[in-house]
Amino acid sequence: MAIIRGFGLPAWGWRVPTDLDRMRREMDRLFEGLTGATSGEPGAGVFPLANVTEDGDNYYVRAELPGIKADELDISVTGESLSISGERKIAAEGEDARYHRRERNAGKFSRMLTLPGHIDTQKVEASCTDGILTVVLPKAEAAKPKQITVKAG
Amino acid sequence: MTEADAKALEAKEKQEVASSAEQTRPGLTFKPAVDIFETETGITLLADMPGVKASDLNIDLREDVITLSGEVETPESAGETEIMREYRTGRYVRQFSLADTIDQAKIEAELQDGVLRLVLPKAEKAVPRKIEVKAN
Repeated sequence: MAIIRGFGLPAWGWRVPTDLDRMRREMDRLFEGLTGATSGEPGAGVFPLANVTEDGDNYYVRAELPGIKADELDISVTGESLSISGERKIAAEGEDARYHRRERNAGKFSRMLTLPGHIDTQKVEASCTDGILTVVLPKAEAAKPKQITVKAG
Repeated sequence: MTEADAKALEAKEKQEVASSAEQTRPGLTFKPAVDIFETETGITLLADMPGVKASDLNIDLREDVITLSGEVETPESAGETEIMREYRTGRYVRQFSLADTIDQAKIEAELQDGVLRLVLPKAEKAVPRKIEVKAN
């Protein structure tokens, strides 16, 4: 099965890794196992950290956004990129509150992800439940992998 | 504090913990970020546990130790292949020892949008009370 992928020029924003990046990461992971050193992947990145997966029909982008309701998020798409912005608010707890620990952060965030292929912007769906944002981006017809039969003889 | 309002939110990697007891289910365990503050009437704990539903959250209280544990389902379905992974998913577990001033029978828990709000009221005798002195 041959999948023909177009090579795109990096656009503004974070470009989703290509096959070459993936191979490099696999090599890093191999060496990481031998030497115990951590790979070069950034620990703290842009908020929110995102996971991108795909199947034959869609791209899936997921992010952890605790404490953010669906209507506080601003999500927009163009032909090849997804933009996620909003603000994490932490409610003030009253004047007599004395904090023992403060590990959670609040603030604005805005992130753009460039996807490896074109998407059908009309059919993008996003949902946010239990603090997890899931965006389903259907691939444009031209970007779907196509089976190419090899003629024998 | 307008500067704090305009500050961009930075991503932080989740803190993974090696659990002392072996888990019955395989997977990673993370420590949820918490805010703990105290007022006159009690202590409130707020924990970020995205991906945990109320039915998967377990709050255990014994011998003055409160254990929060929330299971998280793997969100990816079997047919999906990974393109980019910046964070891992796994259960959230954290333990705190309580001062004996907490009225354990009145602890309340609420989970919304992946944030747990745990209210631990102080026992009656621990609430500071003004004692009026009658003049004779």
